[in-house]
Amino acid sequence: MERIISVLVENKFGVLARVAGLFSARGYNIESLSVAPTLDPTTSMITIVTGGDERVIEQIMKQLNKVVEVLKVVDMTETSYLDRETALIKVHTRPDHRDEAIRIADIFRAKIVDSSPATYTIEVTGDVDKVEALINMLKPLGIKELIRTGRIAIPREAKLPSRREQQTAKA
Amino acid sequence: MKKTGAEIFVECLKEERVKVIFGIPGGVVLKLFDVLHQQKDVEVVLTRHEQGAAHMAEGYAKATGKAGVVLVTSGPGMTNIVTGLADAYMDSIPLVAFTGQVSTNLIGNDAFQEADNVGISRPCTKHNVLVKDVNDLARTIKEAFYIATTGRPGPVLVDIPKDVTTDKAEFKYPEKVNLRGYNPTYEGNKHQIKQAADEIMKAQKPVIYVGGGALFSDAADEILELAEITQIPVNMTLMGLGSFPGTHPLSMGMLGMHGSYCSNMAMHHADLLIAVGARFDDRVTGKLSDFCPEARVIHIDIDPTSIKKNVLAHIPIVGDVKAVLRQMNVLLRSMDGNQKDLKERRRPWRNQIEEWKRAHPLRYHQDDKITKPQYVIDKLFEITKHEGIVATDVGQHQMWAAQYFKGTRPRTFITSGGLGTMGFGLPAALGAQKAYPDRLVMCITSEGSFQMNLQELATAAGHKLPVKIVLLNNGFHGMVRQWQDLFYEGRYASSHLGKIPDFVKLADAYGIYGLRALKPAEVEPVLREGFKHKGPVLMDFHVDPFENCYPMIPAGGAQHEMVLEDPPELRRTQRSGAAKKKAEEGEGVLPA
Ligand SMILES: Cc1cc2nc3c(=O)[nH]c(=O)nc-3n(C[C@H](O)[C@H](O)[C@H](O)COP(=O)(O)OP(=O)(O)OC[C@H]3O[C@@H](n4cnc5c(N)ncnc54)[C@H](O)[C@@H]3O)c2cc1C
Ligand SMILES: Cc1ncc(C[n+]2csc(CCOP(=O)(O)OP(=O)(O)O)c2C)c(N)n1
Ligand SMILES: [Mg+2]
Repeated sequence: MERIISVLVENKFGVLARVAGLFSARGYNIESLSVAPTLDPTTSMITIVTGGDERVIEQIMKQLNKVVEVLKVVDMTETSYLDRETALIKVHTRPDHRDEAIRIADIFRAKIVDSSPATYTIEVTGDVDKVEALINMLKPLGIKELIRTGRIAIPREAKLPSRREQQTAKA
Repeated sequence: MKKTGAEIFVECLKEERVKVIFGIPGGVVLKLFDVLHQQKDVEVVLTRHEQGAAHMAEGYAKATGKAGVVLVTSGPGMTNIVTGLADAYMDSIPLVAFTGQVSTNLIGNDAFQEADNVGISRPCTKHNVLVKDVNDLARTIKEAFYIATTGRPGPVLVDIPKDVTTDKAEFKYPEKVNLRGYNPTYEGNKHQIKQAADEIMKAQKPVIYVGGGALFSDAADEILELAEITQIPVNMTLMGLGSFPGTHPLSMGMLGMHGSYCSNMAMHHADLLIAVGARFDDRVTGKLSDFCPEARVIHIDIDPTSIKKNVLAHIPIVGDVKAVLRQMNVLLRSMDGNQKDLKERRRPWRNQIEEWKRAHPLRYHQDDKITKPQYVIDKLFEITKHEGIVATDVGQHQMWAAQYFKGTRPRTFITSGGLGTMGFGLPAALGAQKAYPDRLVMCITSEGSFQMNLQELATAAGHKLPVKIVLLNNGFHGMVRQWQDLFYEGRYASSHLGKIPDFVKLADAYGIYGLRALKPAEVEPVLREGFKHKGPVLMDFHVDPFENCYPMIPAGGAQHEMVLEDPPELRRTQRSGAAKKKAEEGEGVLPA
């Protein structure tokens, strides 16, 4: 199952390399990775989307915790959380497609942030389903370039069943 | 008054009570060596190769429990210690390695002898740091020693650019370390310890499985107590040897691939496994799906990543062996109102184990023609009265040393287990000898491994380190040949060493006393003569090149599927002389 792991680290030289190296050395998979400083400039948050069975995830969490500069590791999937991703999508817009592109962007509450005679660049923010749905809708128009930030996640304040509990309940 | 980085470096070593460091100088660390040269508290052992320095520091650390310290130059100096770092990382040995680096303004420019020391060492160190500012030096060194020696020990690398050694700063050694993200757990969870104690009292067929963690934690007394109050038999991993007296009636010796028949059978039939500072290595478990099929598992380990990595633990206890066992033993004593009853209840299990012990003890057949390697170690064990420190290399001789040298004391068996580094033995023995100049230190090796770091004979001679080298000369990469015998139909691809130096002459060239034993009858006199000598000695024993090491769990096999002797067809091919003749075509040492 997919997991979102938030890793709070000291903002020091080489920390990202250690965290990423740990994944490659042990054959764990990274689906996406995002890194940026937190409110406290001496720390950064690394958000990693990964997958694996229970045992692999347990090892990943423990191995991350073992890194000296890692301050805290949270498996978001064990909490209720919000996750977001931003994508910039450059689509081809033949004259007869320009309106269609705007309509699709509107439906997804995405913004057109740049345009040229032959393209629009559309910015979208949302959870993974939304971003992927938009990409799928735009595909027929022809995507020239696509770039995604990778996901970030934050726990919700109100206690809701965790994403994992929801999934197990469904299953 | 301000001090230079080099002066701060040496002050830090003194603060850490470092008595000796191992290394080789070079351009960017000249200032460090220069300051070291002008003081007397920290001795520098100049080795002949940086790999030797790293293994010496490991040997020193294994024998003492303190951090071993290495100082080498940038570029090739650093790359030469990588094997030592990887070895220390696998075997959890506390090392602090200082490497020189090009000046900060040159880093990244492909400067002369520049290497990405931090990048190269990252996957084989517990932690590593590039010091970019002399003001950070003292704190970084304090943290390095702290991280290397606490929790699960391991190697830490501190990379020091040349300008940092000459820049000046106010020196103040920090009293405490403040590492937000590093906080090893020593005390075990009370609830889980209680649960474990309950299971121990209930179990009918329990086994204690002790690993290297017990030695790092200095817990030999606690393990002895645990075994004796509960009457539970003990087996040890290769790295755990010495944590429980090999001569004790409850000892089953080593377990695993070349472990005793009895300990592997006991594991296979156990209903409770008490793992104490051991990490369920694949050389121990064999085929995982068949490992201890009936056992509940209590796993005590200071590193949470060791727990449930390979084998499920029913009762995981994260903590230091000594701290956890102290609590547990108190509990067990209070629970066990009637010692006699416990002994009675465990009797059938003890009887079963004795039966396994009797059925297949370790054995070899010594005639008067050709020396068996096991015989040499047997004699060594006898002559030294189990005393002294043994360092080994890697191969068959290592396994025989583990089987036949039944050390009784902790920190006296020094070997490369996790990485299996040939060339480890001699420098590791020298490091241990440096720590304990007056104790008997032996290196058990064979010609393959020995030739990987034999340049350190010069270090032995130069520093008058009286190591006794017992070389079991079989003319082969014996362990490789054994696998070729068993799994590659006796095709000895690149395992016969061919031209082998005359080790007695070689010793002589280094100013070391050399002796040779060609026949079984010469073994004991050579050992006695060698051990009488005050300085370093190299004893070259010509042993049976075709002796194989048993018992053996073939790779992928389960614990109870041990091979106990050469399969009959193997004996036939060897004795027919075909294989022998092939070996003789080289110029290797072979029996007369
Ligand atoms: C040729 C060859 C053959 C081999 N054959 C065998 C064999 O037959 N049998 C065998 O056993 N091995 C064998 N080995 C060695 C094997 O590869 C492993 O190195 C060994 O089994 C690991 O031992 P260990 O489990 O004690 O772990 P170690 O590597 O010693 O690890 C120690 C464990 O203890 C933990 N620990 C550290 N400090 C503490 C503390 N204070 N408190 C609690 N826990 C702590 C650590 O986190 C770690 O999990 C062989 C090696 C070679 C090269
Ligand atoms: C540095 C290194 N290279 C290769 C190996 C693979 N290897 C394991 S045992 C062995 C043979 C060891 O030969 P020797 O030292 O003569 O010991 P023997 O088995 O003969 O006792 C080899 C090549 C290793 N463990 N380490
Ligand atoms: Mg050999």
